[in-house]
Formats: sequence, structure tokens, C-alpha cells
Amino acid sequence: MLTILFDGVAYGMLLFVLACGLSVTLGLMNFINLAHGAFAMAGGYCTVILVNRLGVPFALGLPIAFLVTAIIGGFLERTLYVHVYAKSHLDQVLFTIGLVFMAVAATDYVMGSSQQFVQIPDALQGQFNVLGIGMGKYRLLIIVVCGLLTVALQLMLAKTRFGSRLRAAVDDARVARGLGINVGAVFGITFAFGSGLAGLGGALGAEILGLDPTFPLKYMIYFLIVVTVGGTSSITGPFLASILLGIGDVAGKYYVPKLGAFVIYAIMIVVLLVRPQGLFARSTAR
Amino acid sequence: MTPLSGQVATHLKQRARWTPLEIAFWVFAFATIWLFPGKYLIMKDTAILALFALSLDLILGYAGIISLGQAAFFGLAGYFAGLVAKYGFVTEPVVALVLAGLLAAALGFVTSFLVLRGSDLTRLMVTLGVSLMLGEVANRYSNITGGADGLQGVDIEPIFGRFRFDLYGHNGYVYCLIVLFVCFVIARRIVCSPFGLSLRAIKGNGLRAAAVGIPVKWRLVAIYTVSAGFAGIAGALLTQTTAFCSLDVFSLERSADLLLVLIIGGTGYLYGGLIGAVIYKFLQDWISSLTPQYWQFWIGLVLVVIVLVGRERVEGWTRTVRLSLTRLGARLTTRPAALGGATSDGA
Repeated sequence: MLTILFDGVAYGMLLFVLACGLSVTLGLMNFINLAHGAFAMAGGYCTVILVNRLGVPFALGLPIAFLVTAIIGGFLERTLYVHVYAKSHLDQVLFTIGLVFMAVAATDYVMGSSQQFVQIPDALQGQFNVLGIGMGKYRLLIIVVCGLLTVALQLMLAKTRFGSRLRAAVDDARVARGLGINVGAVFGITFAFGSGLAGLGGALGAEILGLDPTFPLKYMIYFLIVVTVGGTSSITGPFLASILLGIGDVAGKYYVPKLGAFVIYAIMIVVLLVRPQGLFARSTAR
Repeated sequence: MTPLSGQVATHLKQRARWTPLEIAFWVFAFATIWLFPGKYLIMKDTAILALFALSLDLILGYAGIISLGQAAFFGLAGYFAGLVAKYGFVTEPVVALVLAGLLAAALGFVTSFLVLRGSDLTRLMVTLGVSLMLGEVANRYSNITGGADGLQGVDIEPIFGRFRFDLYGHNGYVYCLIVLFVCFVIARRIVCSPFGLSLRAIKGNGLRAAAVGIPVKWRLVAIYTVSAGFAGIAGALLTQTTAFCSLDVFSLERSADLLLVLIIGGTGYLYGGLIGAVIYKFLQDWISSLTPQYWQFWIGLVLVVIVLVGRERVEGWTRTVRLSLTRLGARLTTRPAALGGATSDGA
């Protein structure tokens, strides 16, 4: 029982790191980016290449995966995404689904369609036993890393100048622009950073989530659930939503394995019915 | 009848008139039965896709609802048609088709209340969630649905007890084409009616539509239900003509491809789905013969390019072609009268 809770928290933390970039971009530019999972996949494959083929240590592979996907994200944002912000939601959905299809086929072409595994150092394998609870070392690492990241993100948003600009832009982009904040630049940086986080999540999660070319399609719905259920106005909303989702999914798969993800979808629909703006959204009159 | 309502009635009647171009389109569509006898299978798939796209056009092009969940209705009706045929509840295909459509429409009615809440993103999530949930249910009850292996051993009886589904797909194609035509006529009747006009008003501005007295919510519920029924009929057709149904009827790719089909053909004039389906199937056939494994890449590229170039511009070319063709059609209809006048003068 507690092991399930533990695994669920680890899973939820992972989902949060994967999805928080998406929630910020959605809240900031009202942009539906279905291709977010493609960045996570890029991070995962980047780690696979670095660690398995080039023999880079795992601990070094993670930051490199973050940097590489952040650069890819920033580049794509400046070259392609900027043209789509002003378009309708339908256009955004079409555009990003197109990107997902391209990413899936291209990865299949380059890396093959089989599932990839990252070689995890021996020190991270195995389990601790604390008070009768089995805790996987790797999952513990995920919780620690993601927990630190969350605290850092929260501090950055709340304490730094960039954070307050970002919050201002999310709250009301027009007024923020009027106050002299360069919303486009803030958005570009945030997009790159969010993509980098997704890449890091993909690298960390390759072991738990599984990594193959269909990754962006498989997990797209999960990221969207986190964002829609959590709301886009803060990062605590998505954080709580992803923890809930992680625990719900692990518990659902453990207790009613044959129903699979049914439980999750049902919960999402119910939540969206009761609170269309998300579970933890502030009631702003916008 | 007051003069105003008389004017409105004549205007609606004019809009609803079949142009010669449309008649030519359908004559050609039925002529393909004899023109391309070796291509029945792909033409049958195209007809089903066209019907499916037509169902999406009704809600996207006329009511402005973005949906990634049309596959839910497609799949539900597909499984229904397969199951009733397999277990022999309803053996007559046409009756089963109508029942499947009604079942899908019922699901559409129930889920429409979920879809009408919230923003575009919430709609996307809810429609997608419903289809994925149904997929999970079909997977869960694999003893009935066959799970990941698909529903096998479906034996479809001959249509009306006379026309057997043959190996070459001739009867299957004719069947699909007739169903497509019937559904198209119904859809055309709907969008040309005052009801269809009110939908366009809602799409243009929901708040103002409500202000002039259009019951926005119920109109949307109604069109969503009808659209779900059409999608269901398309799904049932697929199962009946292939005698097989698998879990991928619920997949996200199916709904996403459908959006692409509609975008290629253009939304909001009913023929968009039909033309888009023909172009899409042709593209898919051509690309997958070049690179069988990676055709998805090129489909994705087409989507990205369409959006970057501007959907309006892509639809723009279809609109100019359409306009010039209707002008041509109008000239064709007026010319016989002029000719008739000239000959009577001469005589």
C-alpha cells in the first residue's frame, strides 16, 4: 500500500517535471502545444545516445539532455512557433499534431522502432527497505531531483525579477506589454526552459515510462490532463494535479489492472465537468 | 405569410437548389463504379472516410466545435455493427447500420452536454478523453471484443438478403457510395434549412446569436448528436465491409487524420470532407508506395506547411476554384433558356 503511494509520488513528480513547461506556455500565450511530448522524447533519446553509445556518465547525461532539448526548443520557438501564436486554436492543434507525426516518424527512421533503455549506474539499482516499505533507489532519486527542481522553480517564480515578469505576463499579457515587459522574449526563454525540463523528465523517465518513437502520442494525453486539471495560473496547481494523477494511475493499474487508464480519463472528465477552468484555478474574472 | 418571411423563404430555397456542378459531381462519383473497376477497395475506404469527414464538418465547419473525439462514435458503432452480426442479433446489414447510427447518436447526445462546457482546450480534452475511455473499455472486455487482436469471425449477411459482399469489393463500394449519398443529402438539407443558418450565426458569434433569440445550447446539442450519428454510420460501414473491427478505431490518429482531411478540402461547405478524403487517400497511397514505413512524416509535414502558409490561403484556392465553377454552372443553366429563345425567334 505505502509502496504504491511511493511509486505514485515518484511517477507524479516525473509527470510534473514533464508537464510544467506546457502549463506555463499554455497559460502565457494561450497556446495549445500538443508537441510537448516530442521534446521529452528528444531528451530521452539524447540520454540514450550519450550514456549507452558514447559512455558519458549518467549524472552528466541528464544536464546535457536538458541543455540539448532547451536549445532545440528555443530554436523551434523562434523559427516556427512564433508564426502560430496569433492563429486560432484549430490551427495550433493541427500544427503541433503535424510536428508530433514528424517527430515520431523521424525518430523511427533514425533510432528504430524498438524500445530503448538507458543504462543506469549500478549504485542506483535495487531497493531500500525502510520500516517495511520497499523503496526503489532510482525512484527515490527521481523524487529528490524533481522535488528540488520544483522548489527551485517556485523560488524562481516568486523571488526573481524574471519570475515576476513571467507572472505579470501570464496574468495579463497586454498590460505587461504596456509596462515595458518584452513578453515575446519572456515567452521564448520560458519555452526553451520548459522544453529543457521536458527533456530532463524524458531522460529521467525513460526507465519508468518506457521510451519508443510513439512516446509523444502515448503521453500527450497525460500532460494535457495535468495542465487542464491543474489549471495554468500557477505551478502549484499542475504540481498537485500531477501527484494526484501519478498516485491514481499507479493505484488504478495495481488494483484494477485490466481497466488500465480508464480511471484516469474518468476522473479527468468529472473534474472538467465540475471545474471547467481546472481544479486549482484562481477564480479570476477574465 | 408576411413579405419578409416570404423573402426569407425564397432566399433559403435559392440556397438549397442543386447546382449543375453538384449534380455533375455525384454523376461522376457514381460513374466511378464502372470507370475504375480495379480500385474498389481504396475507393470504398475513401467513401467511408468522406462520410466520416462530413460528420466532422457538420460540427467544425458549421458550429465551430473543435473535436478530437469523433473516433469515439466511429468506433462504438463499428464494434456494435460487428457484434450484432457476429452473434446474429441483427443480420440485415442496412438495419444494423441504422441501429449503429442511432446508438452513436445517443452517445453523442449524452456527451454533448460535456462538450458544451468550457473553452477549446477543455473541449479537446473531453472529446479525446471519451474516445480513449471507450478504447480502454473495449480493451478491458476483450472476451467480447477480441481486445488487441480485433473482433474476428464477423460474418456479414448479404444486403437485403440479395447482394453479397464480394471479394473484389464491388457491392461493398456501391453500398458505401449509396449510404454516403443518402447521408450527404440529409446533411445538405440540414445545413440549408433555417436550423443550419442559425448554426452559422452561433459559429459567428454565440453571444449575439443568443441575443437574437437562438437557443444556442440546444442547437449545438442537436447538431452534435446528428454528427455523432453520421460518424457512427461511417464506423459501421467500415466494419461491415471489412468484416473486422480492431481497437485502433478509437485511436487519436484516426481523429487527427480526420482533421487533416477536412482541412485539405476546406470546412463549411460539405464538399470539403468529400474532396479532402479523395486527395488524402490519393496522397496516402502515393506516399506510402514511396516510403511504406514513414509516410506519417510527410503527412505531418503537410499539416505544418498548411498551417504556416495559412489555412485561409489553402482554403482560398478551393474557394476561387469553387466560385469560378459555380459561375460556370450558372452560365450553363442560363444558356439553354437563351438558346431556346433564339431558336423560337428564328422560327
